[in-house]
Amino acid sequence: MSTPLVEMKDMCISFGGVRAVDHVTVDLFPGEVVGLLGHNGAGKSTLIKILSGAYKADSGEIRINGEEVHIHSPRDARAQNIETIYQTLALADNLDAASNLFLGRELTSPLGFVDDDKMEAETRKIMGRLNPNFKKFHAPVKALSGGQRQSVAIARAVYFNAKILIMDEPTAALGVHETQMVAELIQELKKQGLGIFLISHDIHDVFQLCDRLAVMKNGQLVGTAKTTDVTDDDVLGMIILGKCPPGATPGPGALVDDTVVG
Amino acid sequence: MSDTALPGSKNPAARNFFAALQLDTRLLGMIGAFVVLCLVFNVFTDGRFLTPRNIFNLTIQTVSVAIMATGMVFVIVTRHIDLSVGSLLATVAAIMAVVQTDILPQVLGLGHPAIWIIAIFAGIIAGVLIGAFQGWMIGYLSIPAFIVTLGGLLVWRNVAWFITSGQTIGPLDETFTMIGGIGGTMGETASWIFGILAVAASLWLQVASRRRKSSHGFPVKPVWAEVTMAAITSIAILGFVAILNAYDIPKARLKRIFEASGETLPEGLTMGYGIPYSVLLLIVVAVVMTVIARQTRLGRYIFATGGNPDAAELSGINTRFLTVKVFAIMGGLSALAAAVAAARLGFSTNDIGTLDELRVIAAAVIGGTALAGGIGTIYGAILGALIMQSLQSGMAMVGVDAPLQNIVVGTVLVLAVLVDIIYRKRTGD
Repeated sequence: MSTPLVEMKDMCISFGGVRAVDHVTVDLFPGEVVGLLGHNGAGKSTLIKILSGAYKADSGEIRINGEEVHIHSPRDARAQNIETIYQTLALADNLDAASNLFLGRELTSPLGFVDDDKMEAETRKIMGRLNPNFKKFHAPVKALSGGQRQSVAIARAVYFNAKILIMDEPTAALGVHETQMVAELIQELKKQGLGIFLISHDIHDVFQLCDRLAVMKNGQLVGTAKTTDVTDDDVLGMIILGKCPPGATPGPGALVDDTVVG
Repeated sequence: MSDTALPGSKNPAARNFFAALQLDTRLLGMIGAFVVLCLVFNVFTDGRFLTPRNIFNLTIQTVSVAIMATGMVFVIVTRHIDLSVGSLLATVAAIMAVVQTDILPQVLGLGHPAIWIIAIFAGIIAGVLIGAFQGWMIGYLSIPAFIVTLGGLLVWRNVAWFITSGQTIGPLDETFTMIGGIGGTMGETASWIFGILAVAASLWLQVASRRRKSSHGFPVKPVWAEVTMAAITSIAILGFVAILNAYDIPKARLKRIFEASGETLPEGLTMGYGIPYSVLLLIVVAVVMTVIARQTRLGRYIFATGGNPDAAELSGINTRFLTVKVFAIMGGLSALAAAVAAARLGFSTNDIGTLDELRVIAAAVIGGTALAGGIGTIYGAILGALIMQSLQSGMAMVGVDAPLQNIVVGTVLVLAVLVDIIYRKRTGD
């Protein structure tokens, strides 16, 4: 295959003696969705926060399009066209949709003042594409439903031409219909050549949306596999026992004894 | 859906009327409370409360606290608190007093025309630096704002004492004392010109905003609503000017003014005070702070950080440096307030600004600033300061006992917050 869009090699980070991420290596190709799976506390969110600039890795190397980059802050990540949609919906509840969409990157008039009308116009445009039912442009996002809030967060990523999208449990707070909307959106973004890291607990979601998956346990990588090469039960075994099935490439966290016996 | 589900449906016509005007209902409530308060005091004082003279005095008494309250809005919106503003005011007042009575006269000579402005600048620089230093401790050293500024409350009060050796410094420079209130007013003509310019500016803003909105194809208010709003603001501005102009300069004082310039007072001539320079300063501060809050990135980040600090941080906002900026602004505004307070007294005293921190916080909170962060308005804080001051001087005029006055003020503060909480629950914002 061509050069990966993202390579994270040998990433390590510890918090007060706990190795939250322990020599993990993952990659992501353009137009690909890679699911990251694991228990709570397995280290998947931490790994991804290194890529989005929220945490700084203790060691390891990040390559974007084959070139090494240093990501020390969310700003650095954005400069690499990495956008993150967080589980906790990183929106300022008291501001409206447009202010949130452009937070940190406001459109300004020539005099340097924030141009609210222009931002609202742009927001109306992009929301018309993503979620035509969205009408509450002046209400603080606190007053919006989970799906509407999520569409604001996704609109932020789409508007700023993300190349690499990180979605941390994007459907956790959503209803059936809204989940379907997000699924369609992911397919759409894939076609446009974005690479997407999808963190999820829902194995069904992962099989439906992802091309490959990577499983983590206790901060280590159990293994990676194409979704077509493994079954639901295989993946459950990886998550719960750390057992790497034949169809997957084992990582440092795979249960060694089992692979010998099996 | 939520509109129709409201229990005890309100008169739909009234709802549409206010909806069309797009007025802030909380602001309306505050203005309503203020008007009721004034009318009640007016009855109890046999009409002495709502005289031009008393309104004039109320405005100049409010200025110092109101200036600081606008800064306190930013501080509280970012989920911090500043307990040091009263003491900071004392330190800055002492610095300005020493600079203009001790240092500058030796360098420039007594009564030099530049003394007042240099003194004010020295004070503002000191205020901004002290504020920024406190902000740095809060933002970068992660010491809670409550602790840093509680320390500041003790430190700066006594730095002021130290600077002045406990003495009252004065008399202050004559030009300097003009920003204190009654000693410096614009006069009738200039006040009218200012009022007309303000009306023109507000009309222009309204037209420009409407034009911008329709150019983007957004829904705009109906024309009658725009006209109503324009009429209300114009009448409010011009009415305010008319009231301040209606307070005549006393005969004896007018005579002295004329004698000072070598003329005699013509028979039957009266002159109004007009807008005091201190009130003009407050208006400028209010406009600048409102523009910062609404039209700049700084303001946007202040509110975003207050609403969700993590989201702000993840959006690439440097929230630590933002804290420094917010406290530096607070320090600068405390310095301006110090200039007004010292100029009003004509001296810098040791106890200047004592308990001001509580008045300022109360003004911001009564004005709708939520201590949980993220919510607050500049005009609300100013109105809050005005309400506090009206309560206090109204009760003094009625002859309420001093202990009762403070009991009432404290009760009103708590009740105002309670009403605000209930209002937010009902409206859901």
